[in-house]
Amino acid sequence: MSAPPATSAEPAAIRFRDPQIEMAHGAGGKASRRLVEGLFAPLLFGNAPGPLGDAAHVDISGTKVAITTDSFVVNPLTFPGGSIGELAVNGTVNDLAVSGAKAEALVVTYVLEAGLPTSVLEGEVRAMARAAAAAGVRIAGGDTKVVEHGKADQMYITTTGIGRLLRGVTVDPCSVRPGDKVLLSGAVGDHGVTILLARGELDLEADLRSDTRSVLPLVEALISTAGPGVRWMRDPTRGGTATSLNELARDCGLGVVLFEDQIPVHDAVRGACELLGLDPLHIANEGQFLAVVSPEYADAAINALALAPGGSEAQIIGEIREQPAGSVLITTLYGGSRIIDMLVGDPLPRIC
Amino acid sequence: MCLAIPGKIVEISSENQNSALVDVAGVRRKIDLGLLQDDKPAPGDWVLIHVGFAMSKISEQDASDQMNTLRALGEIEGAMQEVKGYGLEEVN
Amino acid sequence: MSMKFVDEFREPELISRTAEEIRRLAGGRHYRMMEVCGGHTHAIYRFGLKDILPENIELIHGPGCPVCVLPMGRIDDGLAIAQQPDVIFAAFGDMMRVPGTQGSPLEHKARGMDVRIVYSPSDALKLARLNPDKHVMFFAIGFETTAPSTALTLMRAKAEGIHNFSVFCNHVTIIPAIRAILDSPDMRLDAFIGPGHVSTVIGCRPYEWIAQNEHKPIVVSGFEPLDMLQSIVMLLHQLRRGEAKVENQYKRVVPWEGNRAALRAMAEVFQLRPYFEWRGMGFISQSALRLNDKYAEWDAEQRFVIPGIRVTDPKAAQCGEVLKGVLKPHQCKLFGRECTPEHPIGALMVSSEGSCAAYFNYEHRKAMANGLSSIA
Repeated sequence: MSAPPATSAEPAAIRFRDPQIEMAHGAGGKASRRLVEGLFAPLLFGNAPGPLGDAAHVDISGTKVAITTDSFVVNPLTFPGGSIGELAVNGTVNDLAVSGAKAEALVVTYVLEAGLPTSVLEGEVRAMARAAAAAGVRIAGGDTKVVEHGKADQMYITTTGIGRLLRGVTVDPCSVRPGDKVLLSGAVGDHGVTILLARGELDLEADLRSDTRSVLPLVEALISTAGPGVRWMRDPTRGGTATSLNELARDCGLGVVLFEDQIPVHDAVRGACELLGLDPLHIANEGQFLAVVSPEYADAAINALALAPGGSEAQIIGEIREQPAGSVLITTLYGGSRIIDMLVGDPLPRIC
Repeated sequence: MCLAIPGKIVEISSENQNSALVDVAGVRRKIDLGLLQDDKPAPGDWVLIHVGFAMSKISEQDASDQMNTLRALGEIEGAMQEVKGYGLEEVN
Repeated sequence: MSMKFVDEFREPELISRTAEEIRRLAGGRHYRMMEVCGGHTHAIYRFGLKDILPENIELIHGPGCPVCVLPMGRIDDGLAIAQQPDVIFAAFGDMMRVPGTQGSPLEHKARGMDVRIVYSPSDALKLARLNPDKHVMFFAIGFETTAPSTALTLMRAKAEGIHNFSVFCNHVTIIPAIRAILDSPDMRLDAFIGPGHVSTVIGCRPYEWIAQNEHKPIVVSGFEPLDMLQSIVMLLHQLRRGEAKVENQYKRVVPWEGNRAALRAMAEVFQLRPYFEWRGMGFISQSALRLNDKYAEWDAEQRFVIPGIRVTDPKAAQCGEVLKGVLKPHQCKLFGRECTPEHPIGALMVSSEGSCAAYFNYEHRKAMANGLSSIA
């Protein structure tokens, strides 16, 4: 998350009342949002109102650059389709991309647990190098800290990325209008379900891989064809598409209406979700992005994505309407509908 | 108490007759067949799975009958509406 | 690729036609039908069935949510056991955010307790096999759908001589709950949508008294949209003819006589408690299971000392009335204000299939958008 510039020096009011930090505060859902809006924003970002974006655009002596940071805490470290190293590069590249910027350089911090085998660290560093080369971004430097055995779950990685703004697009939830279309670049939930299965606790097996990748090429394809029509973009990670779209609905004050039959889901993700009682819309991706595009540009936008490498599963999944204001509604072909909310914390399997 | 999903038995374990591998849309899990001892399923059968146990065999015949009943719904009514439209009541 | 035995029963065209048939059969009369099982409550919201049913079919949510009816004191008891050294607390995901007086299992995990989510009781037993120097306590919940699986797992534990395993048993039975609903003086119900998966175990006979003595039709229903809609069609046919019988809509899965092997496993391991407290409904006799003497060694309540303290809900929480269908969730004074899914005060907000949580998550903002609900 990043904020518009602080404009006031008044003491800020803390609205965060939870007595201790829980896992839910890091899950990307309602509890996370409460922490950010209630504690970090008033103290760090000043009292400037305005939505929090994926990256901050900072003016340095007349040149605008985008900057963002992200931490990667994942168990297990490696999983089908990738590892923490790749997530750490792609995640930050993607945050910059959906804010309308091309990542130029990353710096990385490693927090390592004493006792971590060097071979494991080397594996992740190689993965980061490969991912950075594939994404066309330079890793310019970094820092390392080692903590005692028992802390840091083997390793935590933070990447901070800086980039220049792409021409031809302005990302602003306040520019969203009723009638705009909601696009998704590919299937929901592959990353989250892959991780859930990789932990081994649920004893499920499937032919699934994390979707971690840089979405910059797809974003560039979208902008080059439909740039003037692009209103908003976001890469849904923890908390899933439901969380990103709820944030959009809140930020623009309009309704996001999704069409259930148009949402791309891979069979195994669907199967695992049915079995465990989960909703794919709450499950994380690491290589997809959402975009809101004006109706005149929507067809061109979806065609551009579909034709670009890796975009073949892109779909128009819904549209913006006046109602239900501030909420996300999903509708079915037979006329049923329900509100899709953000979760409080991570989605949990259920048996009831 | 109620989340139960249909799955297809892929194979029964050779070491343990009560353990089977089931497939749900490409996701596989070992399940316990202990509750179906009186009517043991075979590979290819569909079962209803709840908390890792097979609760019941799923009858294709009953499912198919149900679909036919549903499809017939409204057809009798629809046919009656059509007949009314012919104005036959007025013929004496 | 479509999911077999699932997607056929979600076919949009057929759903629309069945909804039309319901509209035609219901005519102008107002019907109140209770779906007993929390899974059906969840299905109603997930598929948006209220949007396609006519207004004069009113669905009342029943008490069949095993998480919702679990008294807070029992959660405290389970967590107290898990606080002993070297104990692993294993439970279904449904239990993880349910608050006890000192916090939920997940909150206890954040404070250092060894808490694991399992998908199956057999996974909990597996944890015991893999951790011989620890004790695994499985917090068992659920109606008759789930009890046989717990029973079979205990039989396996006994047969294999696994002693670092115990079950804290909170299994409850559905018939006493339905009886309590029908005995309630405020109740006005026309018919029941019967619990489909419980019935795979107990069959359809246990509901005969509802039809014969109480003269209410009951149709045992599946969980897909077409299942529930077809069940409503069947109920309407009975109601229009003044009939009251038990019917089985979920034939592809529910045997009329139930599952003998499952019932045998339950009889082998469990006995009925003389009475048990149901949150929001008070004490109900013969409504819950405990491990019998043959399995005393695996009974967490016998192996460990538990506080056994009753925790009552705040008087302002109107869970009992909502559970019995007398009040709608948004009619409770605490709904959406002090009591939300994030800060649940009462039982029905705690589980995502509890009526209040389901209404809050799926429904009330729709109602607000249509100017129908007053929660800001």
